[in-house]
Amino acid sequence: MGEGVGPAPNLRELRLEIEEFNSEYAAVLDAGQVEEWPRFFTEDAIYRITGRENADAGLPVGLVHCEGIAMLRDRALAIAKTTMFAPRYLLHQVSNVRVLGLSATGEIAATANYTLFETLVDEKTTLQQVGRYHDRFARREGGLRLKERICVYDSLMIDTALVFPV
Amino acid sequence: MPDSVPERPNDTATELRWPAEGLSRIPDWVYTSEEIYRREIERIFHGRTWNFVALEAELPEPGSFKRSFVGPTPVVVTRDREGAIHVFENRCAHRGAELCRAHVGKATELVCPYHQWTYDLAGNLAAVPFRRGIQNKGGMPKNFRLEEHGLRKLKVTTRRGVVFASFDPDMESLESYLGPEILRDFDATFDGRKLKLLGYYRNTVPANWKMYHENLKDPYHATLLHAFLVTFGLLVAGNKSAMVVDASGRHGTMASARPPEGPKVDSASRKEMRAFSDTLRLNDPRFLDYVREFDSPWSVTMQTIWPNFVVQRELNTLGVRQIVPRGPNEFLMIWTMFGYEGDSEEMTRHRLRQGNLMGPSGFLGIEDNEAMRFVQQGMQRSSSEESVVALGGSEEGTTEHIITEAAIRSLYRHYRDVMGL
Repeated sequence: MGEGVGPAPNLRELRLEIEEFNSEYAAVLDAGQVEEWPRFFTEDAIYRITGRENADAGLPVGLVHCEGIAMLRDRALAIAKTTMFAPRYLLHQVSNVRVLGLSATGEIAATANYTLFETLVDEKTTLQQVGRYHDRFARREGGLRLKERICVYDSLMIDTALVFPV
Repeated sequence: MPDSVPERPNDTATELRWPAEGLSRIPDWVYTSEEIYRREIERIFHGRTWNFVALEAELPEPGSFKRSFVGPTPVVVTRDREGAIHVFENRCAHRGAELCRAHVGKATELVCPYHQWTYDLAGNLAAVPFRRGIQNKGGMPKNFRLEEHGLRKLKVTTRRGVVFASFDPDMESLESYLGPEILRDFDATFDGRKLKLLGYYRNTVPANWKMYHENLKDPYHATLLHAFLVTFGLLVAGNKSAMVVDASGRHGTMASARPPEGPKVDSASRKEMRAFSDTLRLNDPRFLDYVREFDSPWSVTMQTIWPNFVVQRELNTLGVRQIVPRGPNEFLMIWTMFGYEGDSEEMTRHRLRQGNLMGPSGFLGIEDNEAMRFVQQGMQRSSSEESVVALGGSEEGTTEHIITEAAIRSLYRHYRDVMGL
């Protein structure tokens, strides 16, 4: 980070690029296109969703735990083709993107806050989850990809089921 | 969510009459009535039962404490300086404040934040600020005795690193409470290796707490609801399986063994299982690996230990689940996932990968929670009065086939006896 308020100009551009990435990512999930979701990740990506109590205590369990893009594809396949759940709309809001650093190999560490609203048939919209993405991005042909996305949620008491990736 | 669902007015004592068909019917009011719920707390959770409260691995050293529940009642579990485990109500003896607010932690004493009444790790009242007043004015009466105002203590027992508590001071031994059939599979999971905590999931389910037991006493649903199991050959009709019931009818073990060569499905069963597919394949089949590590013929055992406890051994993913009722129409599930001390890093990762099956985002866990929500809503909103539990005719107790509801009938024979219904 530079001195004074705000990031250096190149980090500001990175932040904009990540914000665009997160908006596209959210748009795919909000549209229910879960089988498109793995394309935001690198081949060797790690994707996990875990409660803040686990993250703070260094406990490794994940509500979702995927190692490598094949496991992301399997999760997408299972949710799209085999899992029974009530129909729903989901809406993500992703904000407060912070670029934490840029490594010598070009990897970008960043965080963002997310809010996930869920709407079931004949029910009022509920706040399903609030949390934070802890990301590592790598640059690939065609733009940024997630090498790691750890979703750490504050909303420890989940309402019934968290069906889709966040 | 349940606030939008008005309860049907079926809550009066005169209407609590079991259907004439007997155990092949379950009246809706056992799932929706406030009066039945109050009676369950008194006779079951506060009665002659052992309730899961903690794993010893959650209380690793002297001074460790955990916030927990017996039925809906908040309790604190502690390990004192000598290493002994205590369980007492999480309610200050003074004004009733819930004094332990953190999930887990470490302390030398427990202090109520309101007026700083202070308790030792066994729940005894140790100090009351200004007990003698100020300059002889105010303070507690002369005959106030600290030892008469400790926290309400529960009876405690442990087995293989699992901690249970009971409100009944004369509770029988855990071993006699569980019985030999249930102990066998309990001890196969808790086989003497020290447990290593992997972490927690917590979720609500907008359904009656008993449905969680019934779902795991219902092997019929596993090959129908859980398409993932069937699609990828983890469980198909025809696998060797059993639904074990103890002599009392209240506990159960749903067990199955996966054939090493993969699923064999005859064409008759295939027709009944809409979900079965020969064509879908996992991209990463490591997920389905089963590392043999247990002294048991079963690759899966799901144990329901009455009234608040489930032990999950699904291949190599292990966890315990605590059921915390919150009124007749909702309960909390607290999942504590674990492995063993001495697991290699790869074994831990295997357990974590396989953990995708379970929990409120698990391929099976999502479906169970959704199905229970659907059932509760059906009962609360519809005009009918009872559900049908007639698979397998009138058989009860242990069965070695899965198209049966025998274990649910066994549970309700016990339940009706305890509840006086």
